[in-house]
Amino acid sequence: MSNFEIVGREDYSDVTYQLEIRHPVMAKAAKAGQFVIVMEHEHGERIPLTLADFDPVQGTITLVIQAVGKTTREMQQNCQVGTKLFALVGPMGIPSHIGSPKKVLCVGGGLGVAPVYPQARAYARNGAYVIGVVGFRNKAVMFWEEKFRAVCDEVIVCTDDGSAGIKGLVTKGMEQALAAHPDIDEAIAIGPPIMMKACAEVTRPHHIKTLVSLNPVMVDGTGMCGGCRVKIGDGIKFACVDGPDFDAHTVDFDDLMARLARYRPTEQEALKKWEESCRMGGAPAGSTELF
Amino acid sequence: MAKKKTIRTIPQERTPMPEQDPLERARNFKEVACGYTLENALREAERCLMCPDAPCVRGCPVSIDIPAFIQKIAEKHYHGAYDVITDTNLLPAVCGRVCPQENQCEGVCTVGDSLEPVAIGRLERFVGDMAIREGWVNLPYIEKNGFKVGIVGSGPAGMACAADMAKAGCEVVVYEAFHEPGGVLKYGIPDFRLPNAVIDVEIDKLKQLGVRFECNTLVGRLFTIEQMITEMGFHSVFLGTGAGYPSFMGIPGESLNGVLSANELLTRCNLMRARDFPNFDTPMQPGKRVAVIGAGNTAMDALRVSLRLGAEKVYCVYRRGKAEAPARVEEIHHAGEEGVEFHWLTSPVEVLGDEQKRVRGMRCQKMELGEPDASGRRRPVPVPGSEFEFECDSVVYAIGTNANPILGQTAKLKLNKRGYIETDDNLATSIAGVFAGGDIVTGAATVIEAMGAGRRAARAMKAWLGLRDTDVVYAPEAPHVGRRFGFAADQHGYARIQVK
Repeated sequence: MSNFEIVGREDYSDVTYQLEIRHPVMAKAAKAGQFVIVMEHEHGERIPLTLADFDPVQGTITLVIQAVGKTTREMQQNCQVGTKLFALVGPMGIPSHIGSPKKVLCVGGGLGVAPVYPQARAYARNGAYVIGVVGFRNKAVMFWEEKFRAVCDEVIVCTDDGSAGIKGLVTKGMEQALAAHPDIDEAIAIGPPIMMKACAEVTRPHHIKTLVSLNPVMVDGTGMCGGCRVKIGDGIKFACVDGPDFDAHTVDFDDLMARLARYRPTEQEALKKWEESCRMGGAPAGSTELF
Repeated sequence: MAKKKTIRTIPQERTPMPEQDPLERARNFKEVACGYTLENALREAERCLMCPDAPCVRGCPVSIDIPAFIQKIAEKHYHGAYDVITDTNLLPAVCGRVCPQENQCEGVCTVGDSLEPVAIGRLERFVGDMAIREGWVNLPYIEKNGFKVGIVGSGPAGMACAADMAKAGCEVVVYEAFHEPGGVLKYGIPDFRLPNAVIDVEIDKLKQLGVRFECNTLVGRLFTIEQMITEMGFHSVFLGTGAGYPSFMGIPGESLNGVLSANELLTRCNLMRARDFPNFDTPMQPGKRVAVIGAGNTAMDALRVSLRLGAEKVYCVYRRGKAEAPARVEEIHHAGEEGVEFHWLTSPVEVLGDEQKRVRGMRCQKMELGEPDASGRRRPVPVPGSEFEFECDSVVYAIGTNANPILGQTAKLKLNKRGYIETDDNLATSIAGVFAGGDIVTGAATVIEAMGAGRRAARAMKAWLGLRDTDVVYAPEAPHVGRRFGFAADQHGYARIQVK
């Protein structure tokens, strides 16, 4: 079907990088809100990544990845243009329901800026007035601002240090948007769980329907392992097949955050061992400008 | 044969299976049952009475001609035995290991009426293993018929269906969502019961039949079943996706860290090889004191895997009694030998956690058996005031699975109340040309039942495509295959079937 060749790469910061992978069938099938599972090499782990973009004409999908653990760091090092991934499966999950709201708020924080882009574009295509709120640590690590400007009617940039846009978290940008547009009827927020939790609290008093995209620990991504179960209201759902989008006002974020930490000791051990082996073997190719 | 065998003349004792020592094997992933030696197999073959009515054949979901293959073993014509088995069963090395023979062929064995039944499963495995060692492959002559068949899921149902359709001359493509084919045989059943190498050999045989495997393909999401038929040129499709979707009980504490499904534990350990961490990247946090809820085969696998991952104490918690446990007797016996502690008639009430949201123990209550329920087993009833707590740091749920929702979400398939695919007696679904079988139709069952369903569906698919059901004829020796056609047919994946 595809040999998962990497045909494009861009680095946005020392930890954030973008991969464009050729997979024509997936590029055609993918819809906003879906995710893929990637295995970099035969001994690798399966990691879920939300689709940041897909281009049915070029036959490629785009992933934006943050190098935080062993696998993502290793990918940062090894995934150069012309190399291939060992496995890539998707698109997975129920696509976002893009209805026809009149005015919609699309919020992305940090890495979450990438996966909220397809949603913003889909809303724009459905004729909605789209307000994009994107948040970064500082100006240096910003990416995709121009992509958002191209599909959104308004873009509010927030940075922690005020080096670009307004100074503050995305919640500040949301409040600003809500003040200017009392008629916003839908919101979607993607980012770290703590950010999504805060976003849910911003829209809750306004009774605005708010969706979040959850990315818990998964193995297969097809509903088989149950590792990605999340508490939604009183029930348990599997993010991989019942999600990944859920109503932000019913998600138990504390439960999600606790469960995300469940393999942390092993993950840290793996990262430490890997870093040691990198030092032992000398700096791997391409690592100088990345670390 | 010179003299007719009778129940008095055959060896009275069933030939024991050589096994690894329980305490040693509980710490390694090598196979527990080492397999019959030649002498073992010949002795056990002597025990078959060759009953003319052969109740064992009727007891077998795929109707292997059991007396015939045992006869061949007794005649020391091992390849002949392999021929007999592969007429109906593609995977003797797999089925000989994981079939619940005590409820099937061996359960109805005539010898079993007065002695222990003939060890049919062990003999089947003996033949299967010998075929792997010797590199025997029975490649039938296949005449291509121009039909293209898609199989969704590469587990036992899909593999069995793929084999039959390929033998009938169809072009067969098997789609698998994981990065490796094999389904539950790979991710679920651990190596000490069914080595992955055995499965790889069997998959290789399918490839030699011309079957193409497409991994990393999530049917329903990458393309739909409707697209397979309307755009991708498939004339018929078989759905064998399995049940998946593990159940939890809904008791407090289930989202604590350290609570996981048996599927997750087994997949991490078996398919992702987390047991070889850090050589493999997938993380796992094996508990020191592990409680597994449930007493089916999956529960036994989870218990025994936990032991091998270094757990000091492993508890099996089951709300009914030992007699009601759904696991194979042999599995329960093996688990007990290895040091698993069984807590029968015990039902979990709550998983207890600490401040870090990690499991620290479990609260259970004792049960007693009341009136039989719908399944015919006596219903467990709580004993008032019997609650107690015990310490553990990991809780594994092995209480069954629900239907996987992906195909139902993405195709206009008729599902039953429980979300499984509805089929008619021929395993046809509500979409013309689309058939389904295995756990996605029946709910969780056994490997051989899934294979049986795959074969039944294949028969129905052949009928639907207008193909006559044929008997397979093998080439006596591989090199002659080519000569008969004037070119190396075997090198081109061609073979022919003959209509009886």
